[in-house]
Amino acid sequence: MRYVDEFRDTKTAQTLAKAIYAEADPNRQYQFMEFCGGHTHALCRFGLEDLLPDNIRMIHGPGCPVCVLPVGRLDMAIDLATSHPEIILCTYGDLMRVPGTNGRTLRTAKAEGGDVRMVYSPAQAVDLAGKNPDREVVMFAIGFETTTPPTAAAVKEAARDGLSNFSVFCNHVLTPSAIDAIMTAGTGESGVHLDGFVGPGNVSTIIGAEAYEDASAKWRKPIVIAGFEPNDLLQSILMLVQQVNRGDTCVENAFARAVRPGGNTRAQEMCREVFSIRNSFEWRGLGTIPGSALQLGPDFESFDAEARFAMAYRSRPDHKACACAQILRGEKAPRDCKVFGTACTPEHPLGSCMVSPEGACAAYYAYGRFRDTREIVAAE
Amino acid sequence: MDKLNRRLFPRKLDFRNGNIELAHGAGGKASAQLFEELFRPAFSNPELDRGDDAAAFEGAARMVVATDGHVVSPLFFPGGDIGTLAIHGTVNDVATSGAIPRYLTAAFILEEGFPLNDLQTIAQSMAAAAREAEISIIAGDTKVVEKGNGDGVFIATTGVGFLPEHIVEKPGAHRAQVGDAILLSGDIGDHGVTILAAREGLPLSAPIKSDTASVHTLAQAIIAAAPGTKCLRDPTRGGVATAVNEICRASGTGAILNEPSIPIRRPVEAACEILGVDPLYLANEGKLIAIVPEAQVDQALAAMHAHPLGERAAKIGRIIEDPDGFVQMETVSGGRRMVDWLVGDPLPRIC
Repeated sequence: MRYVDEFRDTKTAQTLAKAIYAEADPNRQYQFMEFCGGHTHALCRFGLEDLLPDNIRMIHGPGCPVCVLPVGRLDMAIDLATSHPEIILCTYGDLMRVPGTNGRTLRTAKAEGGDVRMVYSPAQAVDLAGKNPDREVVMFAIGFETTTPPTAAAVKEAARDGLSNFSVFCNHVLTPSAIDAIMTAGTGESGVHLDGFVGPGNVSTIIGAEAYEDASAKWRKPIVIAGFEPNDLLQSILMLVQQVNRGDTCVENAFARAVRPGGNTRAQEMCREVFSIRNSFEWRGLGTIPGSALQLGPDFESFDAEARFAMAYRSRPDHKACACAQILRGEKAPRDCKVFGTACTPEHPLGSCMVSPEGACAAYYAYGRFRDTREIVAAE
Repeated sequence: MDKLNRRLFPRKLDFRNGNIELAHGAGGKASAQLFEELFRPAFSNPELDRGDDAAAFEGAARMVVATDGHVVSPLFFPGGDIGTLAIHGTVNDVATSGAIPRYLTAAFILEEGFPLNDLQTIAQSMAAAAREAEISIIAGDTKVVEKGNGDGVFIATTGVGFLPEHIVEKPGAHRAQVGDAILLSGDIGDHGVTILAAREGLPLSAPIKSDTASVHTLAQAIIAAAPGTKCLRDPTRGGVATAVNEICRASGTGAILNEPSIPIRRPVEAACEILGVDPLYLANEGKLIAIVPEAQVDQALAAMHAHPLGERAAKIGRIIEDPDGFVQMETVSGGRRMVDWLVGDPLPRIC
């Protein structure tokens, strides 16, 4: 714990807050996006926005894997689990509760008789495949670059063990593509203006700080990579303000204790070996983005669940009252959503941002709600 | 209260298609809703409706009763077992009313095939805990269910106690007032982390054991030192976070906690980091929250510090005005956040 204390220490937080106040120019507005859901959670959990001057606004980004998965992809998994009795569908816990079309979830799929099991890692799914040779085990894999290497390792393990009853429903997505999509959306009419990004912590341990150089140069925005403790975040916000004031637009690494410039090259190599880039992939909120996601590569095609079970993707709309799309683009805050805290709560989520603890709505519901109470109308 | 309930439970229980979920037993928001919308309408009376952990008898005003079911898994854990919990849980509920616990009844639901040796160990633990608390187990019942229809042993206990002469108005959550201090008798999360670590097989760098204990002498010491004590609660399931929310709901107030002053042991804090759980929501089985007028804080804390179960007691917050009943917290970073009720059931069968 001593290691963590340093980054949670009250005095350091106050010193950093003072430095931010001193550095911020009162005559201008600063709008930064923390890309990563883990950062959104930490901002709310530690009440860090209270430590910032009024002219610095933090906008919550799309970096929550459960949040950006579109309804159509959930429907594919739900249909797979309910229409193939031979399949054991393995998934991470949060995904069980995200509503697909007509409010169906993997949990209801389970109640309908689908064999849906919660796992903590894809390696557990490989184990299940080994123990159930007469069943088909499908790993419903999602996530940014942090969760991709474990999936790659699981596929390689299954290949090595000759497990022909294991496959992956691959939904891994790429962070730089999402940053680019956010910035592109920002040039539109309803787009949100951003002065810089707090760069992801965990993702950057894999892809490295250099992976953001292109985005930073293309859009001329500062990106500061941060850890997940409160003082990490305050430090990165200070560095962003400094860059903006200097007119700089570079990538800085404030999480050097974990992130190297080139990232984890071994993990990158393994992912390149197992996966290839998809032509296009639909994201919730960000639309269809070319080259923004991964699929099983040529050497591991036989592990692709989409091909094995002839799964076809159909784009499906979000719940009509749900503002997740605008929230993921930073155009709306959770409190701007009509159903926030009424029809949509962590117990009964309508949209994905209310499900995962890293979702902006869930974080705001758990930690920030007391700031703006309003008359709550009972939901049906 | 109606408006508050609407905010707290925006979606009513679905009596047509709904089913019991684990969350209904977690002691958090779903448990409160089950009581509010199912049991309370069925059984409603002024004593039950107050929603305290122990109730006084009509016609026997000095007598208090409380009841508690115990389903902990695993049955045996560092610091205790289901037997010690079955005594301490009910003794502590009686104790929060300011009463001195005297008698207990126990009902055992046993599963076919459960080893007699284990049952004997549990009974001996109960006997030892009862002796220590100076109570007698005066009645009981045993039922056995077929193998597969239970999980070893469940124990339900009911406790009876008597309010001492000097307590004029028994403490209750509805009595908390704006300006009162929130005191906590010691470190949070020990029981919850012990159970979790035992289940996950988590190797811990430092020994952690359940804090399970009878707190009635501590309760008496607090009331004797601070006669204005408004409310006592033992923050079991749902943890300190949920207990403070319950107090605010019952008294129509809000609260603000101060994160740096909430006592927690380092190994527990470290284990919570690893397990990804918030210790504010973890069960405690030997702690008391006391709502005390600000003017009596010093004497209450002194009395707690002088008691073996209150050495690490601290003032952790205060009751504030908030018609919406929110519990807030000043964080270690110096910002503010909300402390919600426990939602869902991340840790079933913790006690």
